[in-house]
Amino acid sequence: MILMQGKGVSKGVISGALYFLRRHTGEITKTAADVDAEKARFAAAQQTAIAQLEALAEKCREEAGEKTAILFETHAMFVEDEDFVECIQSMMEEENTTAEYAVQQAGEQFAAMFAAMDDAYMQARAADIRDVARRLVDILQGAGECGIDSETPVILAADDLAPSETLQLDKSKILGFATMGGSGNSHTAILARTMGIPAVCGLGSELKEEYAGRVAYIDGETGKMVIEPDELTLQAFKNKYEKQQQRKQLLATMKGQEDVTLDGRKIKLYCNIGSPDDVSAVLSNDAQGIGLFRSEFLYLAAEDYPSEDAQFEAYRSVAAAMDGKRVIIRTLDIGADKQVDYFHLDKEENPAMGLRAIRICLNRPEIFRTQLRALYRASAFGKIAIMFPMIASVWEVKECKRACQAVMTELDKEGIPYNPDTEIGIMIETPAAVFMADELAQLVDFFSVGTNDLTQYTLACDRQCNDLGKFFDPHHPAVLRALKHTADAAHKAGIWVGICGELGADISLLPTFLAIGIDELSVSPSAVLPLRAEIRKSIAQTCTLDLLQ
Amino acid sequence: MKQFTYTVTDPLGIHARPAGQLAKVAKSFADTVVTVAKDGAAVKASQLMKLMSLGVKAGDTITVTAEGANEDAAIAAVREFVENNL
Repeated sequence: MILMQGKGVSKGVISGALYFLRRHTGEITKTAADVDAEKARFAAAQQTAIAQLEALAEKCREEAGEKTAILFETHAMFVEDEDFVECIQSMMEEENTTAEYAVQQAGEQFAAMFAAMDDAYMQARAADIRDVARRLVDILQGAGECGIDSETPVILAADDLAPSETLQLDKSKILGFATMGGSGNSHTAILARTMGIPAVCGLGSELKEEYAGRVAYIDGETGKMVIEPDELTLQAFKNKYEKQQQRKQLLATMKGQEDVTLDGRKIKLYCNIGSPDDVSAVLSNDAQGIGLFRSEFLYLAAEDYPSEDAQFEAYRSVAAAMDGKRVIIRTLDIGADKQVDYFHLDKEENPAMGLRAIRICLNRPEIFRTQLRALYRASAFGKIAIMFPMIASVWEVKECKRACQAVMTELDKEGIPYNPDTEIGIMIETPAAVFMADELAQLVDFFSVGTNDLTQYTLACDRQCNDLGKFFDPHHPAVLRALKHTADAAHKAGIWVGICGELGADISLLPTFLAIGIDELSVSPSAVLPLRAEIRKSIAQTCTLDLLQ
Repeated sequence: MKQFTYTVTDPLGIHARPAGQLAKVAKSFADTVVTVAKDGAAVKASQLMKLMSLGVKAGDTITVTAEGANEDAAIAAVREFVENNL
């Protein structure tokens, strides 16, 4: 029995064949036994890489357009680039190295050359070179192309997944995730929770490539992963799986029920989504609305600024599908941690505190205006609300509202229909916004607390950092007091307050949220029914604020 | 030897995509070497990564040279590409 311990980041137990997405951390041997053989391996890998890239370019040409296709063709040219190839060949000859070692070294060398250029665009090209080098190393080591080359669904293993990679995955092929790095806030974890499939992160080097193809058992609650379990472990796993299936059936009975406590307190139970594709999960889990529609997907998946019409279509389709239920769309929230090439954002030492989200929108009014126009146009087709992220100051909200007003005036002149009473809300995710909540509440229709960022800023703990462990504590009384302060200010001004961060789905905090008076919880679609079951068992009046002490 | 100079107007300069296409155009003429120079630094147009690493930006002037058996055809093709794409 091989037992590994990671962090459980998306609940559920599942078994399936282990499939490695990539072999980034595969051991690379430096010294070659036979240099001529290495040269031949490299030449063969080049041909394979070019064939893969040309096929990818062809696929893009059909699905994503000419521009992306040319990008992959450029990658194919990198594979054959005279200087790159010469660098690799001379390293193999002179230093007697393996092909993969030479490729990796040359890739780093050329990537470093680009990274050192004084131009943000060229700096970002270092990633292209590394991508090409990685592809060659993968081929040399016999790993499959990025993606899932398997007939049957698998447990996907990887070091970690980048947002752009998750876009390419065929989600019907994934039973669960097992990753070496990553935390509960990583992209893999968020994706897994949205999909409602089990995930274990942070397995580290215990997750070995050699396990590929073997049947693994993962438990997304305890963070355990087992290969070849002994009789006892297997039985425990089967029992848990059985219970999970029973629970699923029980939860199905929650559909169509109201989100109300035993003493009659009603809660708005909404969903967080990342793209129009997720709406089906919202509806099948019977949520009352969408509390956070992250609009970034439009920007991350595109090659250039998405047009007003493309955005309008995405927002309209979600609003129409939700059929009169509230859809809260958050305006652009990108920054140096969610890079989009065409924004040409400078590299930042500390992206969490840098030029991101509303700050970009207020600095680049044209981008903001396009999104607001699309949102207001879509407001004629459903119950849309607009939410601004990363607010710290009263003037920012005033400026956002002026931008909204300007867009409405334009639409009036053009005779385009929209809903003039579209609700406007803000994310409360900076300590500044908590302190200013009284004044901010006067300006907007609702607050939604982004607990992930609020925790990181309140506790001065980087949420992307794997090692902070016990220091990154979303249950910290400081975070819960910030919530209470925000809720009190909202209620004093007569507006509602919700939580759209990951904390909203934390059932152990539900009594605290009820005591604070949180009106709305927006969670992953898969968390709706379990939360509904808890809400319907709760008595709001008896909940206490003990955890704030 | 054939030569021309050109001031780049594309806001991104010689970025990855046009560099790739330019390298392709330059490679298509046998026995002819096409070079691109900026501020005294010259690279073969077929050397894609080196070409990008010149860091040519909007407003920079480049000198393009073709030398060899098919230099007339090469310089005409490259000039047409550069004028239309950069």
